[in-house]
Amino acid sequence: MSITKTIVNVGIADTKIVRSPNTIRTLGLGSCIGTVLYDERRGIAGLSHILLPDSSQARAGSISEMKYADTAIPQLLEMLQEQGARNMKAKMAGGAQMFQVGKGTSFMRIGDKNIEAVQDALRKLNIKVVSSDVGGNLGRTIEFDPVTSKLSIRKRNQNVFTI
Amino acid sequence: MMDVFQLTSFQKDILKEIGNIGAGNAATSLSQLLGHKIDMLVPNVEIADFNEVIELVGGPEQPIVGLMFQVEGEITGVMAIVVDIEEAEYLVQKLTHNPEFRLSEETDGIELEIAMSALSEIGNILTGSYLTALSDFTGMNLQPSVPHLGIDMAGAIMTMGLLEISQVTDYAIIIDTEIRQEERGHEQIRGNFLFIPDPESFQKLFAKLGWS
Repeated sequence: MSITKTIVNVGIADTKIVRSPNTIRTLGLGSCIGTVLYDERRGIAGLSHILLPDSSQARAGSISEMKYADTAIPQLLEMLQEQGARNMKAKMAGGAQMFQVGKGTSFMRIGDKNIEAVQDALRKLNIKVVSSDVGGNLGRTIEFDPVTSKLSIRKRNQNVFTI
Repeated sequence: MMDVFQLTSFQKDILKEIGNIGAGNAATSLSQLLGHKIDMLVPNVEIADFNEVIELVGGPEQPIVGLMFQVEGEITGVMAIVVDIEEAEYLVQKLTHNPEFRLSEETDGIELEIAMSALSEIGNILTGSYLTALSDFTGMNLQPSVPHLGIDMAGAIMTMGLLEISQVTDYAIIIDTEIRQEERGHEQIRGNFLFIPDPESFQKLFAKLGWS
């Protein structure tokens, strides 16, 4: 007898939760960050895909909380706690610098800022980052398996590896 | 928030006309550059969330070559030229007269540098043509930034072009125009021009063209 596994897809500026044996993934991360919070014992995990570091920089009245590191990470924690998750740990990937930044451009070093913002948000919530694969200049597809607590990462023209 | 993004069919037509005029001129430049006829399809005007934008160019994991420009001047926004890896190879082959050229993980230092600079130059020419035509049409001054070239998954590249508007909104209005070169042989080019004006540019555009 086999158990059917579902892969839950998380889009840009989105956050979702999964229970084992299902897995959760997000595709084509560039300067964005995928952050996984997981409760190893209970087999619950959540994944957030943020685009920008700081919601206070938003120039519009209504903000979408899942778009920003500083609002999405606490929101993700809350969602997981509501599902009974406790003692959470984190893994994260993304924050690449996709373009060589030339002079006079506002394609800012957003990857680095995103990495810092996610790390900050996790620190404030006392969540330990167990492992991460951040920076560089390649896009990433990531998938987390709550059974093994492994985050698998695929980059263009490279073999899949896990952290 | 959403009502900003209700376009009347008149406004949609104006934006389509922008695609027609801009990409038409760019297609002419490309055809002169390559010595082939280039066809242009009818532009699409899409109101899309970020995930939908990425679906327009084949989905988040689709390998693409993306050339991105900031548009500066009286209208601001982002211009993206997106082609598949094979099409980028074909363009480099034509421009460098090297029919053997391949764009893969083995493409090394100097060869990759030449390819990147050839592609950037094509991008400069095409974006220049697009914006010149648009400047003439609107009477507004528009300038492209230097090119930013990325070869990677579409999700990773395209989000770079959305960063600026993502600080204001969760939706983009995209003027998407596809160009094609159909030939009897196997050689073929397909590329997309995606013009993503900043939200505040639309009112200026509609006002200037007298249809606001």
